[in-house]
Amino acid sequence: MTDTQTRDRQPAAAEAENRPDLPALGPRGAVRFVWTQLTSMRTALLLLFALALAAIPGSLIPQRKVSPIGVSDFLQNHPVLGPIYDKIGMFNVYSSPWFSAIYLLLLLSLVGCIIPRVGVYARALRALPPATPRNLSRLPAYAKADVTEPAGLLEEAAERLRRQRYRVDLREGSVAAERGYLREAGNLLFHLSLVFLLLGVAIGSLFGFRGTSVVVIGQGFANNLTQYDDFSAGASFQDSDLRPFSVTVKDFRVKFETGSVQRGAARLFSATVDVVDRPGATPRSATLEVNKPLRIGGTKVHLIGHGYAPRVTVKDGSGNVAYSGPVVFLPQDGNFTSAGAIKAPDARPERLAFQGFFLPTALLDEQGPRSVFPDALNPALFLNAWYGPPKVETGVPENVYSLDTAGLTQFKDETGDPLRYALQTGDVIELPDGKGSIQLDGWVRWVKLQIGETPGLIITLTALAAAVLGLCLSLFVRPRRVWIKVRAEAAGAIVEVGGLDRADARAGLTGDVAELAAGLSGAGSASNGSAVESKDRGQT
Amino acid sequence: MNLEYYSNLAFVTSVVLYALAMFAHAAEWAAARKVDVATPSPRVSEPALAAAGSVAGRAGSAADRAFESAAAEGMLRTRIEIFGRVGITLTLIGFGLSVSGVALRGLAADRAPWGNMFEFTTTAMVLIVGAYLIMVWRLGLRWLGLPVTLLATIGNGLAVTVFYVAVAPLVPALHSVWFLIHIVAAAIAGAAFNVGGLLAILYLVKKRAEERGTVRGYLAWLPTSRRMDVLSYRFHAFAFPLWTFAVAAGAIWAEYAWGRYWGWDPKETWALVTWVIYACYLHARSTAGWRGTRTAVIAIVGLASFWFNFIGINLLVSGLHSYAGV
Repeated sequence: MTDTQTRDRQPAAAEAENRPDLPALGPRGAVRFVWTQLTSMRTALLLLFALALAAIPGSLIPQRKVSPIGVSDFLQNHPVLGPIYDKIGMFNVYSSPWFSAIYLLLLLSLVGCIIPRVGVYARALRALPPATPRNLSRLPAYAKADVTEPAGLLEEAAERLRRQRYRVDLREGSVAAERGYLREAGNLLFHLSLVFLLLGVAIGSLFGFRGTSVVVIGQGFANNLTQYDDFSAGASFQDSDLRPFSVTVKDFRVKFETGSVQRGAARLFSATVDVVDRPGATPRSATLEVNKPLRIGGTKVHLIGHGYAPRVTVKDGSGNVAYSGPVVFLPQDGNFTSAGAIKAPDARPERLAFQGFFLPTALLDEQGPRSVFPDALNPALFLNAWYGPPKVETGVPENVYSLDTAGLTQFKDETGDPLRYALQTGDVIELPDGKGSIQLDGWVRWVKLQIGETPGLIITLTALAAAVLGLCLSLFVRPRRVWIKVRAEAAGAIVEVGGLDRADARAGLTGDVAELAAGLSGAGSASNGSAVESKDRGQT
Repeated sequence: MNLEYYSNLAFVTSVVLYALAMFAHAAEWAAARKVDVATPSPRVSEPALAAAGSVAGRAGSAADRAFESAAAEGMLRTRIEIFGRVGITLTLIGFGLSVSGVALRGLAADRAPWGNMFEFTTTAMVLIVGAYLIMVWRLGLRWLGLPVTLLATIGNGLAVTVFYVAVAPLVPALHSVWFLIHIVAAAIAGAAFNVGGLLAILYLVKKRAEERGTVRGYLAWLPTSRRMDVLSYRFHAFAFPLWTFAVAAGAIWAEYAWGRYWGWDPKETWALVTWVIYACYLHARSTAGWRGTRTAVIAIVGLASFWFNFIGINLLVSGLHSYAGV
């Protein structure tokens, strides 16, 4: 702003040429100009604001990484806005180019600001306290006192200041002292830690991986890619980085609140697992809980979810068992109304398929079947059934949790309504026309394991700790400069103390300066109670 | 004995007492309007009285009238003092009740009482009022009475009406030592941000009055805007590292609970947004042209972001931190 105003007052000749009245920059000058602008505090401030603003949409608009279903719902509900949002990266805010641009610029600005300051600080560390001002009474805090015996007073003053952990320089007729060098050190430490923090995060996202796997109780998980339900890894991750361990889930205990308050809230999740750290190793038993992940080398296994898998036996039209075992159903609500599909592609003469809900505590009323409690108090399986000609194995992956009814015919009653079956444990349903049967043998729980590795975690955590430490130093250490002069008078002498706090929010400077003056006056004169004049020029 | 019942009784009573304290402080403000001599503190009543007398003497004609007006002013000052002390006393009792409310809540639940919004709010209010009472005692900051009791009335009032949930054990996700560390740090930092934010608001009010030359009544009792700015800064400077620590502790806990230290959960995002705004505040203080009014506005924006993170995110947006239970 000031620049513009100055230019406005330029002679008309310069205006007439319609050229800014500035020296030509040249390429080097231009770079220097951009660098100066970028590393200025004002730019840092604006970038910080931009970062805060840019982070907000990601918390209000569904994000692909966190909730892909939310994103597809949003796209469906907002046919106009959705694609626009998609185009400008609103569904991937935190990996979008504009968000990255802001934090990379901020990082650059930070580095550009810090590096020169490290040099300045290094020089300041070796420097002596600054020269004594001629007129101490013009400093923010000032006190003077009479002394009768000035000899050795400055040495005494220097000693006192040294004990108060000042850096002291004894000069001709005065003492200069400074303390609080750690403030700038803390400041630099904090900002450097942020760089390392981002470095740790970068390493983690480049070399790390994370995936989940649903494991039915009694079954196991072996750490290779085929066993993951979903998997994401950084650009530099290699499949061979997966440690060859395996985990068998032996038991899983769950408790839910049965009292009237927060009825149905989870109270306990605890899985007992056997871990084989590497092929051939003896299994060790371990407990897996929500806040207690398993550690296998650098890999961590977390318990992040659970659900129900009804155990069924499907027999085909020929009377042979076409499928037998647990089928994982996915919970749809807090009471574990679970949806899933049972597929028996090998049933002959015609393949069979079922889709429906498993309800751990089933209630059937006018709202339809639903579960009213998350624990299995009254388990029931509600199914619709389909049949169709055998399908050729194509190897095309299909969703195991839902049924693609293409090429299938639904079982219907005489009136054409789809047949609905409700099974309780032990029930067998015979399908029409001798096409087969399905039996609910029981149910079993499954757990969702998250397996992941975050290299660079130690860098991130150390940087975090250093950042907090640096922050505390930079905010709580108060740099202060004190000068003491002894001036000979007709009768005795006068000791003058001046002080200057270099940080905002100074506290107790006036008091300390007055105390110092009084103390020196007491030390330098036999008579106690000499008058101390002090004043405070600051407006704290 | 039903501990939960007594805990609730204590909180509800504390709301009433804080509200009464607020009225007492409002009466203190109102009474102060009539005192037109700007004196820094009502405590130095005798010199102030003398000053008032001399001013009146210069302005008035007869010595009698001067004495009369000085006496009236003295009575007014006594009244202001009484209102102020009543306010402090009520706040003290309300504070005692809130502390016992939190303690009883913890005993009733048999765990640290910081498991949901209700418990977090009541604890944060205890911290805010506690910090305020300490400042009244040590630094004589009674002029903060009205805003603090207003905040405490609203905070505890919202807690017992909107946020209230009955005592219940914790969900397994909260079974961690980081639960204590993360939440205590967040509560203390939040309390300090709130007091700092109140000071920033008072700073703006006072500064405006100073610039317009309309410093009268209660505003005259407030310290200079410069001093208020420094006080506000101290609260922010205390809160900011603690908030950083709270977010860091949350990240470490998230690494234990969810296997990632940062996942852009709405709560995490807003904690970062709040952090960045307060970082702006600290930077703005050392940037020419941003000091003073602009800095105070940033502090208020930061406080708004803190409150949105606490109330808005808990009640409006679903995420991993949906612990309101409302």
